Formats: sequence, structure tokens, C-alpha cells
Amino acid sequence: MSALTVTGLARSYGRTPVLTGVDLHVPTGTTTALLGPSGCGKTTLLRIVAGFDDPDAGTVELGGRVVAGAGRGVPARRRGIGFVPQEGGLFPHLSVAGNVAFGLPRRLRRDRARIAGLLALVGLDAALADRAPHQLSGGQQQRVALARALAPEPSLVLLDEPFSSLDAALREDTRRAVVDALRTTGATAVLVTHDQAEALSTADQVAVMRSGALAQLADPRTLYREPRDLDVAAFVGEAVVLDGVATGGRVASELGELALGRPCPDGPVRVLLRPEQLRLAGGPGVPARVCGVDFYGHDARIELQLSSGLRVSARAEGADLPVPGSDVTVAVQGAAVPFPAAPAVGRPEVPAPA
Amino acid sequence: MTVLLAVAVAALALLPLAHIVVAAVDVGWSGVAELVFRRRVADLLGNTLRLVAGAVAVCTVLGVGAAWLVERTALPGRRVWHVLLVAPLALPAFVSSSAWISLLPGLDTYGGALLVVSLAYAPFVYLPAVAAFRGLDPALEETARGLGLSSWAVFRRVQLPQLRVAVLGGALLVALHVLAEFGALAMLRYPTFTTAVYDQYRATFNGPAATMLAGVLVLLCLVLLLAEIRLRGARGYARTGAGAARSPRPVRLGLLTGPALVALATVVGLSLLVPLAALVSWFATGTSARVDWAALATTTGTTLALAAGAAAVTTALALPTGWLAVRRRGPLATLLERTTYLGSAVPAIVVALALVTVSIRLLPGLYQTVPVLLAAYAVLFLPRAIVTVRAAVEQSPPVHDDVAASLGVSSPARLWRVTLPLLAPGIGAGAALVFLAVVTELTATLLLAPTGTETLATAFWSASSALEYGAAAPYAVVMVLLSAPATVLLSRDPSSRDVRRGLTT
Repeated sequence: MSALTVTGLARSYGRTPVLTGVDLHVPTGTTTALLGPSGCGKTTLLRIVAGFDDPDAGTVELGGRVVAGAGRGVPARRRGIGFVPQEGGLFPHLSVAGNVAFGLPRRLRRDRARIAGLLALVGLDAALADRAPHQLSGGQQQRVALARALAPEPSLVLLDEPFSSLDAALREDTRRAVVDALRTTGATAVLVTHDQAEALSTADQVAVMRSGALAQLADPRTLYREPRDLDVAAFVGEAVVLDGVATGGRVASELGELALGRPCPDGPVRVLLRPEQLRLAGGPGVPARVCGVDFYGHDARIELQLSSGLRVSARAEGADLPVPGSDVTVAVQGAAVPFPAAPAVGRPEVPAPA
Repeated sequence: MTVLLAVAVAALALLPLAHIVVAAVDVGWSGVAELVFRRRVADLLGNTLRLVAGAVAVCTVLGVGAAWLVERTALPGRRVWHVLLVAPLALPAFVSSSAWISLLPGLDTYGGALLVVSLAYAPFVYLPAVAAFRGLDPALEETARGLGLSSWAVFRRVQLPQLRVAVLGGALLVALHVLAEFGALAMLRYPTFTTAVYDQYRATFNGPAATMLAGVLVLLCLVLLLAEIRLRGARGYARTGAGAARSPRPVRLGLLTGPALVALATVVGLSLLVPLAALVSWFATGTSARVDWAALATTTGTTLALAAGAAAVTTALALPTGWLAVRRRGPLATLLERTTYLGSAVPAIVVALALVTVSIRLLPGLYQTVPVLLAAYAVLFLPRAIVTVRAAVEQSPPVHDDVAASLGVSSPARLWRVTLPLLAPGIGAGAALVFLAVVTELTATLLLAPTGTETLATAFWSASSALEYGAAAPYAVVMVLLSAPATVLLSRDPSSRDVRRGLTT
């Protein structure tokens, strides 16, 4: 297993720039999620790393060896990178065993024990070995594709939206099996996704991409709690953004006086709260009117209108929910994250299609 | 590399057209005018256009009507009717035409030609119409009925507009085939451009007169081909909703069931039973009825060998073009693919004429040898192979190649371990289609086969031209038996566009 380092990577198709200088470091043995809306260039980045496409500028280094850029282009088959395409991409003319063993040297391809071991690694029964790909469920196909990619012990595994074609129930199981397999083998992995929950729950670090560049690279908790800007904040989760005035480590806002999560200069600021920080209290707090309730079972999202007319969201546990139209009071738990009060922020940017 | 191969294939397909252009330039404008603007050509043009128009009209009515009855009504025995309506495809048109003329010698008129040709080619409209009916969203019809339309009004205002593209495509195919038809019309002594080119060739051995007649014929074909390209560009009636279409509730015909059955029985009887009955009667009567088993075996062997050779050559030639059309989409790939379709739109008589001239002028040693005959088959039947190869490439997305590369497999090994296994079924299907087409090919074989080499078609042709129907019958039977598998394939899944286009283009 090796670390992956991408430096200043750029790529355009015709006049459309798809990547505009991406820097990314994936430490050995960790999983990084490339998160971004469709068209942000994450699949292109993955294909350049895999060797299916060449960069216009910048380099890709794998375990200290330059494999792309700087006048070098190691072909895909010599990079030792495992690739799991969307929907698995299993060879339809081969059995499960034939698929898993595809990248092994000829003498190892008939080694049933080895194939059974690889299938066990991804949580599949060895009895599936003789099935044809079309006899498997979508989740099983993804797992076989991962076993196939892991079989030649690659230095890096790339997964292109591996769970996007699966339905919700299957997705969670498959995701866990994939994470377990990657942990067990200690593989370095890069996973492309446009689903923020998937990225936050799967990866050791998340790289948020925005119109061809890296917006932020951080571990999931830091990313969620301390996003670099409000765009990233809104992309990785629902955001409550308030205007306020900071003085001495606290901020006066429409939801009362809040603690600040990090120091910032006094004066006008915008602050970020997450809906789960807003609690509906019977007692003291800021008055608000309930506009709507989306009930999810385990919890609910409550849309509130403050006295100024501003609408914010709160999360509440499923038990005791207010009815729309009723008046409640809101209390804030924990600290707010301050951002400069520049005019053009606060609204998620609409990604340009590429 | 692939591009160069595809360009070479396209050049081969363009050879007949190039031959005509070169001949026209040689003769000069006044020569062309003298050969083309004369009474005989005007007569031929009238004959040909009358027959094309008539056959298109009859085939459209028969094809669409039969497709509606089979697909959308509660008529008894719809599956059996379907097979019987496709079955005439297993009967080469020149065989059914001999059958008719042997029964009714007075059929050598416009009416007779129209009857024989229409019955032989009606499946070309019937099959796409069936596929189109199956693809129609029944929800649209239900909506129309909900708005108060009668069955007839639903057919006219909802179904017919959606069938337009499929039916016009089939009609154009009928027109192209009628323009190219030689055997059936020669047998009925109905002169069209194709038969006139053949007669002229036999009389003056490829004088400029034959070539100029062929030029007019090719112009007619090109007009139709342009119409077809425009038509394909315009197809845009897709189902807008998601999910699979439900099968519709069949229309109950009530009192009209009887007449509908009689109509279908008449069509099947005329197109299938009459020719088959004639074949049987040829065996039963006449002194020429003894089967010469040795000759039949030799001829069958020759035919199968030629067909196998043509299948191998044509499929190999189809690979680069089919591959480019999918994997390197662009103006060049489209141009190369379309060019090969041009070859098949040119009648066999023109292809044969061009190859005769080219081989005599450039490679005299090759004149009337198997390689030239195989080249003619390749030009004629390339589209059948390309359509199926192309479909197979479409079904093996490049992601498999990427995955194999990332697993450390070299490029030649990828071809062997991934690409070829994935393409094999498509390549096989394409080869089978070419094989079956060659088994019943008559015109090019007559002109190009080495002296003394007889195929089933030419043996049948010479025997039945000499009115020795008993001697001709065994060859017809073998041809029908060899063509039957393709017909079964078609009747099972007429919605498979690729098979259909492969068989009929």
C-alpha cells in the first residue's frame, strides 16, 4: 500500500476546464472520499489517477513514484491501482470466480481457496463463486468488483460512486462490507461520491470538490463542524446561517447571544449553526412559529419562522413534536462558527455543469 | 490502424459507384445523354417506377393491416399467424416467382409482377410495424379512448402517427428491394432497369450502355437512401414515461373476426401455400422430376463453402467499422459506416458489373474467380455484419477494458480475454446472417461465379429458366430449408431491431 499525492492537477476538454489545479494527499492505509456535486470533476480526477486519462498539467505520485505528469505516463496496467467502476463493471462472460481471479497470474487463477478467501473478505459466501454476474444482486456485484480489484494486492484502490446504483437498504450493508474489507487489507482507497452522508460515514478524510478544484480537505468531523466557508457548510449538511455582531468571543444574533466556536475580530459576522443545535424549549428562549414538520421516524426536521421572518430548521427527536402553526421557543446548544460577513456568501453555489 | 482498415472497407463498398462515375466520365456528356435520353430508358423508367409505387402501396397496406390484426386484436391463433406471415422471407423471390409462372403462365404482366413482388416483400413492412405496435405505450390509447375516440379513430389519430417512422422505413426497404430485384422479374419477363442491365450485359458484354442503365438505377437507389437517412434522423416518438409498458388489452373484432381471418388466410395462402404447392407439384409431375443426388450434393457443398467464406470475410471486414462507429463516435466514423450501407443499397447487378469491369481491367487473372465473388458478397452484405457487430460493441462498454487494464492486463491480452469473448455472440450472428444471404444470392453469382461453379440459386435458375421445374425443385427445397432458421429467429423476436435490420438491409 502506498500514499497518493496529487499536485496541481489540471485537465480541460476542449475549452471546458474540468480540473483547475487540484492538490490532494491520501496517506497510506486511509480512505479518502472525493465529495462534490455532479460535474465538479471528481470522476475525471479518479480516471487520471487510474491512468485512463492524462492530465494537462500537474503530477500524480504513487508511493513516491511519479506515475502521471512531468513528462511521464505510466500506463494503467503498470500502476497497480485497483479500480471499482460504477455498478461494478463485472465481466459478463466470466463467473464470479473468473472475475475475482482476472488480475491474478495464470497459475493462481484456479486457486479456489484464494478466491474463497477474497470473497470472504468482502463478506460473500464462497458458494457464489460459480454464479454468473447477472445472477447477483447489485450489492453483491459491487462486492465482487471490490474483491476483483483487491485480488492482485494493489497499492491503491479507486471506487467510482460504488453505492449510487443501490437502493437504500442494500446501500448501507454494502457500504459496511466495503469499509470492513478496506480496513482489513489496510488498503489506501479513494472513493468518489456525491452523497455527503456516505462520504462522512465512510472516509477517514473527505475532499470536497467544487468546480474543478479542492474546496476543503479534512476529516469528517472537522469538515462538518468547522467548514472552510459557508458553501462547504451547506454542501456537507443542512446549515442555519444568521447575521450577527461579534463582541469579545460572543455574538448577538436573532437567536440570542451565542458562544463562538473560534475567535474572530469584533464587528459584523455571519455565523453557522447546525439544525440539531436548535432545541425547542418550553421555557426561556427565542419565540418562533412552526411552519412545517418533516417526520422521519427516528427524528424530525422542523421548519421555523423567526419574528424577523427568517426561516430556520431545527431537528427534534420523534417523540414530542409540535404541530404546524403553533408557537414555540428556541434555545441554542453549543457554539456557533463565525464567518466574515462578506455579501456573496451564505447561499450554496450552483455548480456549473461540466 | 483501425481507421485505415475501415477506410479500406469503405473504399471497397464505394467501388460500384466509382465504376459508374468513371464510366460516365469516359463516355462524356454527349455519350451519356445519347445512352440515357432515349425511348427504351423512358419505358424502363415507367415500368420500374410503376412497380415500385405499386409494391410499396400493397406492402404497406398488407404489412400494417396484418401487424394490427396480429398485435392488437383478439384474433384466434395470433402466434401461428405471426410465424406464417414472416415465413415468406425463407422463400427467395425468384423461387416463388417461378412457382407462380409455372402454375399461371399468363402472369407475365404488370399485375403478375406486382402480385409476386408484393407478397415476397410484405414482411419488410410487417416486421417493423409489429415491433412498432409492441413499442407503443398502451396508456396513450387508453387516454384516447377515455377522451371518447372509437377503435378506428384511435388507430388513425394515435397509433398511425407513431407507426409512421417504422412503416416508412419498411416501405423504403421494399422500394430498394424492388429496384434491385432481378430473378423474380426476369422469370416473369417484366422488364425493369435491373433486368435490362442484365440483358444488355449478356448482349454486349459490359458496354457503356449497360453501365449507363446501371447509373440511372443507382440514382434511383440513392434518392431512396437519402430519404431513409432523413427519416432516421427524424425518429423521435419515444415513450415519455418511465417503467415498462403494460401489454394492451386486445381489440375484440366481433362480427369482423370472420372476414379478418379470411384476409389473413388469403395473404398466407398466396405468399406461402401457392409457391410451396407448386414446388410439391414439380416433384410429382414431369419427366425431369428425378433427383440428381450427386449434382445436388456438389451444388449444396459449393454453396455452403462459398457462404462460409463470404461470412468469414465479410465479418472480418465489418469489425473495424463497427468498432469505430461505437468507440470513436464522430463525423468520420459515421461517414465510414454510412458508406458501407451505400454498397448494399446498390443493386447486386451493379455491384457485379463493377467487379467484372474492375477485375478485367486491373487484375485480369482474377476475373471469374472466387476472390472476386467473395468481394461482391462482402460489398452486398457488409451492413448485415456491421449492424450486428456494432450492436455487440455497444453492449460491451469500455469500462471492462479499463478494469482489465487496471488489473495489469496488457492490450493484446485484453483483446483476447475481454473484448473478443464479449463480441463473439454479435460476430457469430453477423456471420450467420451473411451466410444465409449468400445461400440464396442469385444475381451477382450468375455474373461472377467461376465457369462451371454452380450454387443452389444458379442451378435452380438455369433449370427453371429452361422450364425444367422438376429438376429445379430440389435446389429450391434445400434453399428454403437453409433459410428457415433465420426466419424462425425473426418471428421469435421481431422487436430486436438489430436482427431485423441485419436481415433486411
